[in-house]
Formats: sequence, C-alpha cells, structure tokens
Amino acid sequence: MAVTLEPDRGVYPDSIGAVTVEEAMPVSATNSKIIYSALKQCGVRLVSALPETWLVHLIRLADEDPEMTLVRLAKEEEGVGISAGAHFAGVKSAMLMQNHGFLAAINGIVSFAHLYKIPLLMLISYRGTFGERDPWQTQGGNVTEPLLRALCIPYSFLNSSDSVEQRIHQAQTLAESSLQPVALLLTRELMWEE
Amino acid sequence: MLRIDCLRSIYADLENCLVVTIMGAVAAELQSLGHRPNFFYLQHAMGLASSTGLGLALSLPHQKIVVLDGDGSLLMNLGSLSTMARYAPKNLVHVVFDNESLLSVGGFPTATAAGTDLEGVARASGVPRTATLRSVDTFQRSVADAIAAHELSTIIAKVEAAGPAVYVTDLALLENRFQFARHIQSLKSQSLPAPRSGALSSRRGNQQPET
Repeated sequence: MAVTLEPDRGVYPDSIGAVTVEEAMPVSATNSKIIYSALKQCGVRLVSALPETWLVHLIRLADEDPEMTLVRLAKEEEGVGISAGAHFAGVKSAMLMQNHGFLAAINGIVSFAHLYKIPLLMLISYRGTFGERDPWQTQGGNVTEPLLRALCIPYSFLNSSDSVEQRIHQAQTLAESSLQPVALLLTRELMWEE
Repeated sequence: MLRIDCLRSIYADLENCLVVTIMGAVAAELQSLGHRPNFFYLQHAMGLASSTGLGLALSLPHQKIVVLDGDGSLLMNLGSLSTMARYAPKNLVHVVFDNESLLSVGGFPTATAAGTDLEGVARASGVPRTATLRSVDTFQRSVADAIAAHELSTIIAKVEAAGPAVYVTDLALLENRFQFARHIQSLKSQSLPAPRSGALSSRRGNQQPET
C-alpha cells in the first residue's frame, strides 16, 4: 500500500507523487515486529492508537492481526476510557501514541486511570529528542520526562531490540500489580534506521 | 421532562446491561433509584464514559452495554461519536441526557442551548440508529428497543436543567470500580466454559510470588 508521509502525525492515502512510508521514512520494520510480538506474548489483545510516523508498522501489524482489536482514535485521551473498559472486561490492552498524544491524554490519565486505579500500558514515541529534525516536535520532547515524573508514572525506554521483550513484560507486570499507568518511551535508536 | 423520571422509566431495562454513567446528577440520580453491581459511575474524566462503553462493548461482544452520558461531557469528547461509529459495536446503547447546561457547576449553558444538535452530530458521524426524545414514554420505548436491537444507537433525551440537592453518595469510587469489575468477572465465569489463553487468571496461576 502506497502512502505519503504527513510530516507531523501519521500518513495520508495515495496522492500525487506518492511514495511508500518505507521509502520516505526509515522507520524500523524489524524492531516494530519485535515490539508487536512482545505485546502479543504479554496477552495484549486490544490496542488503541493514533497514527504517528514511528508507529506506522506497529499499527499495521495490529490491523492485520485477526487476534487483535485495533481501535483507531480521534484523540489519545479516548484510549484511557477504552483501556479501562477493556480492563473491566478482563482484556489486556496497550496504547500506542506519540508523546504529544500523551500530553493530550493527561486529564484522562489523572482523573480516570489514577483516580480509579486502572492499569495502562502506554507505548509512547519519544519525539523531539536528540536527532529530531521536525521543529514542531521539539517542545514535546523537552517536557515528556518531567511530566511523567510529575505524574509519578513509572517509565522506562525501549532503546535496544535485545531488551524490548523483557521490558514490555516488566512494564505490563508492574501496571497489572500496581493498577496504575506505566509508560515505555520508544526511542529514535530503536525506531529509526539511518 | 426530568432526567430522574427518564432513569426511573428505564431502570428495569438496565438490569441485564452493564451501565456506565457520567459524574454528577446522572450518577447521583441513578444511585438514588438503587445501586446495582452492574452500574459504574465515572465520577470524573468528563467525556470518557462513552469511550469506556466502547472498550467494554468491543471486549464483551455478547453483553449489552448502556452509557448514560450528558451534553456537557459529550461535547468534551465529540470525537468519541466518530470512534464509536467507526467500530459500531452492535451491543452499545449510548444515551445522552441533554439539559443544555453544565448544571453541577452553576448551570452555565452548553452549546446545545445555542443550537448544537447532538443527534445530528451522531448521525453525521455514522451512528446507525439515532433519536431525540422529549417525553418519558417515548424515551423508555426508544431505549428498550435500542437495548433489544443489534445496532449501535445514540439516543438524546432533552431534559430540564434540574438535579439532586447533593452529588456525593456513600459509595466510594474504588468500591464501585472493583465491584463492577468483579461483577463482570462473575458474568464471564457463568457464560464461558474455560478461561481464554492469555487471560489474567491463567497467567497468574503459573507465576510464583517473589516473596
């Protein structure tokens, strides 16, 4: 499927001069598969997502997987409610979002997930850090970790293919035992190949 | 039309549904009619009751889910209508009490007071079954029909901007949350012959505690 890249968030369908996202942006398909497999291993059966360049392969994998329910969102905060509903129903879920999507979800995280002790497994693409070329991503990069700390959300990094499986498993284990949101920051080292 | 009369009229219809309400008057009035373990009152996070209903509906396709929403909450998350319509779970009934007001914080008029038509938004978003009701009788029939139907529905009830004197009840938020989840677990154990692989229970059963 040919898609052109929208430079900020996500991709658009075929248009004039279309190139595939793989040609336009070297997002790691291999590491996306490793992440996706780890989520499946952990029993995740529902994924909510809002498209973001680094997440295109992950979202495609979820979309193509008959065992996975993919919920494409209008805004990331919806994902908090959807994951809460899934949790009540005994279904394990994960949220795929950009760090700006995390910013957009904060009220839901505090006034639902924290207030009602809902486990959330948040995979957040860590844009706006060293190597970022898009000027519009840079403020979000500055505030992501300070906000996670301010919200007392335990977090770690997905920065090496070797440790992805273990770290996702550990993050989900903590989310389920503590009944709270946890975050894994997807780094450029893992997601970007150039 | 009063919301409490609407709630009383559908109370019996809610018995075998999982019900998610918004905060404030809807939660307090439903509780005043008698709390049940299948009722979850989302006492904050305005806008996310419909998303919670969607998560439940997609995860429990054989269980009827009813969301009791309000105009103020829905206007905070209008995108939820488009997300619900996109997946259109056939077991989800979305009821919106539209009093054209943010009643619990002093009665400030919402956009529906100025003409925003939430049924129109729902229909244009792609919700297959929509209605706007102004009498208790037609409201009750509409909700009962929607629960019986196999189609996503959004039902707007135009109600007066009046509510209970107090909003805080003696049901603790976490007590409600854990009771609701436990109730769903018991429904699943009644209807499912064996736990699904990868489900919480089977994983837990295989793991030894560290201490």
